[in-house]
Amino acid sequence: MSFAEIMYFILPLVIASAVPLALVALGALFSERSGVINIALEGIMIMGGFVGAVTILLLEENAHLPIQLVALIGLLVGGIVGIIFSLLHAFAAINMKANQIISATALNMFAPAFAIFTARIVFGTQRVPIDDSYIIHEVPLLSKIPVIGDIFFQGVYLSTLLGVIIFIVAVTILYKTKQGLRLRSCGENPQAADSLGINIYKLRYVGVIVSGALAGIGGVIFVLSFSTSFNATVAGFGFLALAVLIFGNWNPKRIIMAALFFGFMRVISSTKSVIPVLNNLGLDDEIYLMLPYVATLIVLAFVSKNSAAPRAAGEPYDPGKR
Amino acid sequence: MNDKARERRHKILNFFLDNWIGLITGSVLFLLVFFIPQFFANNDAMLLIIRGLIVGVAFGYILYKLLLFRRNNSGFKASESKLLVDVAGSIIAILTGLLFGLILMLIVNPGQAFGGFFIILQGGFRNIKSFGDMIYFSVPIILTGLSVAFAFRTGLFNIGATGQLTMGAFTAVFIGVKFVSLGEFSPFLHWLFAIFGAMVAGALWGAIPGLLKAYRNVNEVVSSIMLNYVAMYLNTMFIVKYIYNRDYARALAPELTAVTPAMNLQYLFPNSSINGGIAVAVIVVIILHIILNKTTFGYELKAVGFNRNASKYAGMNSKRNIVYAMVISGAIAGLAGGLMFLVDGKFLQPLNALIPEGFTGIAISLLGLSSPFGVLLAGLFYGSLKQGGFYLQLYSFTPEIIDIIIAVIIYASALGLFLQKFVIRAMKKREMQLENLPEEIVEGSES
Repeated sequence: MSFAEIMYFILPLVIASAVPLALVALGALFSERSGVINIALEGIMIMGGFVGAVTILLLEENAHLPIQLVALIGLLVGGIVGIIFSLLHAFAAINMKANQIISATALNMFAPAFAIFTARIVFGTQRVPIDDSYIIHEVPLLSKIPVIGDIFFQGVYLSTLLGVIIFIVAVTILYKTKQGLRLRSCGENPQAADSLGINIYKLRYVGVIVSGALAGIGGVIFVLSFSTSFNATVAGFGFLALAVLIFGNWNPKRIIMAALFFGFMRVISSTKSVIPVLNNLGLDDEIYLMLPYVATLIVLAFVSKNSAAPRAAGEPYDPGKR
Repeated sequence: MNDKARERRHKILNFFLDNWIGLITGSVLFLLVFFIPQFFANNDAMLLIIRGLIVGVAFGYILYKLLLFRRNNSGFKASESKLLVDVAGSIIAILTGLLFGLILMLIVNPGQAFGGFFIILQGGFRNIKSFGDMIYFSVPIILTGLSVAFAFRTGLFNIGATGQLTMGAFTAVFIGVKFVSLGEFSPFLHWLFAIFGAMVAGALWGAIPGLLKAYRNVNEVVSSIMLNYVAMYLNTMFIVKYIYNRDYARALAPELTAVTPAMNLQYLFPNSSINGGIAVAVIVVIILHIILNKTTFGYELKAVGFNRNASKYAGMNSKRNIVYAMVISGAIAGLAGGLMFLVDGKFLQPLNALIPEGFTGIAISLLGLSSPFGVLLAGLFYGSLKQGGFYLQLYSFTPEIIDIIIAVIIYASALGLFLQKFVIRAMKKREMQLENLPEEIVEGSES
């Protein structure tokens, strides 16, 4: 294959992986910027993906709606479930001042167990199958644009396109509005923010809820774009998104770059046999899959001194502390 | 010098005097487990009597200790004892989890809910086989729990026990498969070497977040999450490269010489899969208890955990201590991996999925209040629940309900601060009542 052919083949796949990663990483960014560390993203993605997949399955079987509308409803349901599930984390972390890692670990354990338990009872097996393929072969008009149209608007998923839009809207809210600035201040110096009349508890709730919604949607996107069934797992995407956040140094533009890099690694691990250069290298799939995590570790080791991580992230808000 | 030696001898003597019943119980148990069962293997009645004796003596010992405690501490207030409050918090968390499980079962299948719930409560205490299986399944859990608990006591959150366990498991199985001639020379040495390899691998994997934390100030939670996945992919890659059984798409079985010896425990718990792993786990519990509570080294580790700057000011090498703490924690997790897979009929799989025992360790450490003995109890409790989940399949429930219950228990213990306040308030109320009671009687008699 020529270089151009390889690019046309790989890039849509890379984008399909990168969008859920970037979206969930953005969720983590919202949560951490508001001052709550949320490593429950994996669990929230599983919950969102599970309920989203069940909704889609039921709609496929019982209602005769247009396919893309079914996908849209599935995404919406996933987001709502993500919000509800993340409220548990918010309650523990914000009101109860609990250890945020522990409560998140509890949610991460709960989600797959719940998904398997419920699926076995409702369907008899733990797999939730999805019948239809939600791929859009050609987006009208836009796919006619040369190069860009071929890469971005042919054989894409509605969920991917929606994900891009949601990402842009969320970043705009976080960095261009007054509320976004206030939310970010809660993660840097909550005491100072409090003195200016900002309700720390409320904004931290907002941060966690947004992260829950984005992770829930990310879970449904994962199901729609990578598999024809949901099997109580999102293949570590929630934790990978955390790596994206760190690799992207808590900065939306760099998060996009990191998500594309990580997505690229995932894609070439499975498609390297068609790429002559990589095929000749003869490396194992796992090397490529491992690389994002190793890269994140290296970044952590060398950039941690001037990392842009929110200063108060992970600490319960204590009004008496200075 | 002479005085010091005498003092030390007094201390040792006092220790024996204080704990004589415990020591007798321990020695009797040891003798029973390792020598007598072979003779009574075919006599069920005798075994039953022996087990009854063991349980009786153990309960008697606890009762005796409690009585002694009450006599020596007549002015004791429950609400002021941190341990009691913590234990009460753990128990409330467990009850919350069980209640949640019951409600879920009632929603799903009301007809069988109570029967199923009873099976969960019965857990490993169903029969002798399930009791042995309970111990067998709780060994890796106890060890990962100890790994997390040890790190936690030194102020570190080792969420990477899974990765360390994976590295340990691979190393142990690798040695078990490849070092055939060592096994022919001495089976015990083969096993020991495999276990040692597992500990070294786990320790090295634990050292990475420790070094990053100590010298680059990297949060150990984040780095060990990354390392979990690196370990997972390395494991898959290495299995396929070096010890692959292509016919079954899994790792080769370790040589029988490397399999964990049963240490005669199979006579005490017939038909169960119990092996000597529990003895290793108990030894680790005791060692960690001594390190944490009786040595300067342990004191330094804890001090660094409490306040890194203060301990540095007091002349401790805080960086070195952080690395040591993670190395020890990793070694224990690696040991868990070794014991888990050096079992006849259990195989490492080249699956790209994290081994869940590492995360369960977090729950166990939390429930066991991060104390070695507490972790031992919590681990056995988890093993019992797991057995309950296994037998739950007799009813129309899936064993995943156990994981749900455990998750709820962790969530409830994460709300620890709130639970503790609640417990303290309840205890105080009761104590006030007890204190006021005589006065009321006196007032009543006067009027």
